[in-house]
Amino acid sequence: MQVPAPFEYERATSVDHAIGLLERLGGTARLVAGGHSLLPMMKLRLANFEYLIDINDLHGELGYIRLGAGEVRIGAMTRHRELLESDGLATVLPIFRDAERVIADPIVRNRGTLGGSLCQADPSEDLSAVCTTLDASCVIRGPGGAERVVSMEEFHVGPYETAVAENEMLTEVRIPLKAGRTGSAYAKVERRAGDWAVVSAGSAVVLEDGRIVDARVGLAAVGPNTTGIPEISAALRGHEPGEDMYELAGAIAARSCDPSTDSRGSADYKRHLADELTRRTLRTAVERARS
Amino acid sequence: MTAVFENNDLKPIGYGRMLRKEDPRLLRGRGKFTDDVQLPGMLHLAILRSPFAHAKIVSIDTSAAEASPGVKAVVTGETLKGLGLAWMPTLSNDVQAVLATDKVRFQGQEVAFVVAEDRYQARDALELIDVEYDVLDPVIDVRKALAPDAPLIRDDLTDKTDNHVFDWETGDEAETNRVFERADVIVKEDIVYPRVHPAPMETCGSVADFDPVEGRLKLWSTTQAPHAHRTLYAIVAGLPEHKIQVIAPDIGGGFGNKVPIYPGYVLSIVGSIVTGKPVKWMEDRSENLISTGFARDYIMRAEIAATREGRILAIRTNVLADHGAFNGTAAPVKYPAGFFGVFTGSYDIEAAHCKMTAVYTNKAPGGVAYACSFRITEAVYLVERIVDCLAHELAMDPAELRLKNFIQPEQFPYTTKTGWVYDSGDYEPTMRLAMEMAGYQELRKEQELKRARGELMGIGISFFTEAVGAGPRKNMDILGLGMADGCELRVHPTGKAVVRLSVKTQGQGHETTFAQIIAEELGIPPDDIDVVHGDTDNTPFGLGTYGSRSTPVSGAAAALVARKVRDKAQLIASAMLEVSVADLDWVKGGFQVKGDPGKSVTIQDIAMRAHGAGDLPDGMEGALEAQICYNPSNLTYPHGAYICVVDIDPGTAEVKVRRFIAVDDCGTRINPMIIEGQVHGGLTDGVGMALMEMISFDEDGNCLGASLMDYLIPTALEVPDWETGYTVTPSPHHPIGAKGVGESATVGSPPAIVNAVVDALKPFGVRHADMPLTPSRVWDAMRGRATPPI
Repeated sequence: MQVPAPFEYERATSVDHAIGLLERLGGTARLVAGGHSLLPMMKLRLANFEYLIDINDLHGELGYIRLGAGEVRIGAMTRHRELLESDGLATVLPIFRDAERVIADPIVRNRGTLGGSLCQADPSEDLSAVCTTLDASCVIRGPGGAERVVSMEEFHVGPYETAVAENEMLTEVRIPLKAGRTGSAYAKVERRAGDWAVVSAGSAVVLEDGRIVDARVGLAAVGPNTTGIPEISAALRGHEPGEDMYELAGAIAARSCDPSTDSRGSADYKRHLADELTRRTLRTAVERARS
Repeated sequence: MTAVFENNDLKPIGYGRMLRKEDPRLLRGRGKFTDDVQLPGMLHLAILRSPFAHAKIVSIDTSAAEASPGVKAVVTGETLKGLGLAWMPTLSNDVQAVLATDKVRFQGQEVAFVVAEDRYQARDALELIDVEYDVLDPVIDVRKALAPDAPLIRDDLTDKTDNHVFDWETGDEAETNRVFERADVIVKEDIVYPRVHPAPMETCGSVADFDPVEGRLKLWSTTQAPHAHRTLYAIVAGLPEHKIQVIAPDIGGGFGNKVPIYPGYVLSIVGSIVTGKPVKWMEDRSENLISTGFARDYIMRAEIAATREGRILAIRTNVLADHGAFNGTAAPVKYPAGFFGVFTGSYDIEAAHCKMTAVYTNKAPGGVAYACSFRITEAVYLVERIVDCLAHELAMDPAELRLKNFIQPEQFPYTTKTGWVYDSGDYEPTMRLAMEMAGYQELRKEQELKRARGELMGIGISFFTEAVGAGPRKNMDILGLGMADGCELRVHPTGKAVVRLSVKTQGQGHETTFAQIIAEELGIPPDDIDVVHGDTDNTPFGLGTYGSRSTPVSGAAAALVARKVRDKAQLIASAMLEVSVADLDWVKGGFQVKGDPGKSVTIQDIAMRAHGAGDLPDGMEGALEAQICYNPSNLTYPHGAYICVVDIDPGTAEVKVRRFIAVDDCGTRINPMIIEGQVHGGLTDGVGMALMEMISFDEDGNCLGASLMDYLIPTALEVPDWETGYTVTPSPHHPIGAKGVGESATVGSPPAIVNAVVDALKPFGVRHADMPLTPSRVWDAMRGRATPPI
């Protein structure tokens, strides 16, 4: 049995209570939501914290999917399972269901949360790639109820590092819903069900009069951070979607990423997958936008 | 599904489908595993392990750990040295450090241990032990282990100047070379079977309870061979054997991982002796993966010689075997390469030769674990891969090539060119059945159509012959203990019975299968037969469960002991019915007078009479019981034909196993449901090894498979619905004609899957690609640059 080093534990009763505890305990404390990344690291003694602040009781406050006219707001404590099962979300942003189908397993999805996934900032994390693809922004709350909103690019500072300060907490993710015919999709290559991505890609497109007015691609596991590729957006804008466009986007994706060789695969292979999965997800996203 | 389940429980009095007697307790959480053992005052042991693959121990400071809360003892190799316990023998006549004294030789090696009041305190105290290491260059690349400048790993061995363990040879080199010289076609391939790990669901552990007054040791442990372990503890620890009781409670999977004696078991005994309290040790997942018995790790050069028409003439191979830091191979001692000698497979050939060199490296010791029938996994992979390479060169259908070269039924018993005597076999019907179930010709047509469209579909075949059920004792022993099995059977007055076995189930269903064997012989319902196993105080001596030997050896013992009881019952019946023995017919469950079915007695009547006050035949003792020790005259040789169909995504190189057809012939089938379960498990193992599993190391010797996040094992999503079939060719020398089946699927499935992947990649000119065939490695192969995994 793998056991963590000693730590103290407290359950937060409200967001402000959690932030108050963080303010008092500083870097010796860590929030635990689903715990599926944090607890294994603690058991392997790769991470040691003096205090764990359990925010699972905040699911009532922070577990929601609100579909607005121009925006979807998702609470940080929303579980994977809720993202997977939400028909409303699947209708406007099918990329979420695509991704959730290939994230871990039902046990992890029952507990793991959107906020926990983003805050872990693992470069091969799926929901970070989804949120990057969707141009999401993150609501971070600090002491005294002060809130700031940052883009995904600003949110991810580096591998396993985010813009959330020691006395702050991610509370909500906001995703713009664009006008026009929209479609999105996600694809992942993994060595085995439930493994981290060898590479994964998300695409989101907006079509007007049969032409691409916006296209975004997000990649995971091909560099220090999940990567949005603005060059693809620029190259596709104004064009009619088709195989030539997907090929162009794939080529840009392959040369824009920075994968490394590891036990999941060679850098060459990952670069190839960035290309292949970019093309596949764009193709699906366009089909969805048209249908 | 309901129909299937109903069909699985036909309540046979003997052989047939029957739900497992052990399952209610296992499924309802009432199983009792080693970690469930709780004793008053029990303490917990944790082991400090080396972070380095190769390093001198300069000093160890345990003072802070000793002062840590709850700590009762901190023990290092120096302490053990004083007790003469720092080293212990391995199962292969080498020695292994119990705790390192001079230096550490692999990452994860045991360096010190802590005993504390709970397992948290024990773990916390480990971090307070201060070890100063002087890091040495490690030997990681097995190909460089014998280089003149390679660091010397085993400087503990007198006069040892290199990393050589042994050379081994089998077959006739000169004759093989002659045959190769006149062959039309010679195909050569370098084939790697990477290091893998059994990774049982339950890790290894023990609870030791030493009574200093009585001098008695009671040890609960995760062992597949309780009797062999007891004898070895007597030898290692110098305790009298009759005062050691080894209990193997329920075991959550073994696959060979629980055959060796690990330092942890010994340390729990030392911990109990030192503290005077019961001590529990349970390793965690990482410890299990980095330090316990690995499997395979053979680098094989295979060559096959044939005529242009596809007649196989000879096979030769050169093997480099990585044995890790200590030679801990668990195999009969006269077989340092296990039963690798069966690499000639199922084919009637003219000559064969193998030369093997085994070396030490700075990796975990072990070897032969993982359901491999003592290296037959490697042998079958070698021959089934090189036969496919030959088919590729001859542009011949691989099924046709195999059918052309099979040993014919009239040739059995068949002595191979490496000296193995195959007991029985009828290969062609098994192969034909698999092809029929698969729809082989239709699959080939489908493949042709798909290839024309640029789709990648592969069909892979493997045909294996296994050699399982060690001994005979004359040829096969573990450290001098002959591989024969005892068995005791006692029928109670009311006709219920208890059978005591030396073998130990780790999930194979012994409590059901052995009850069915007795039931078949005596006509007592399986539910009325209690199967006792896994406790040296309550079972006869025997060598344990591994190498698919339980049914071939102990299964024979159970049948024969039941027949002994039946012979005595017949004498009693003749007295009860007042007829001569010759006038009695055995009708399952009792005896009846020939020609007068109305006059009969049941086995239950006889049992009561045997224990009752009535007369018994002159000179006969009361009771109805017998015992036996069965020494097999030969191994049994099950065989099987496997066909795998894969689809590969040409864009991502992901392999999907679409279908898998497994036709097994294990002779007489006792419980078909249990056989199918064993086959399903082994096939799943095969998918893991072929597609994802590997214990790899970086150049510093860090193990890169130290958790189940890094060492992948397959899930239900990676496997198809298994299609199983069977033929029956009984073993001529086994009392009930049964052969072992536990490892057949693990042995037979990896080559079928790899052959299917390589077949799918034929349009790219691929003839061979090594496991594990991860998407990245398949993609490399598609680009013409398949590389060995090590």
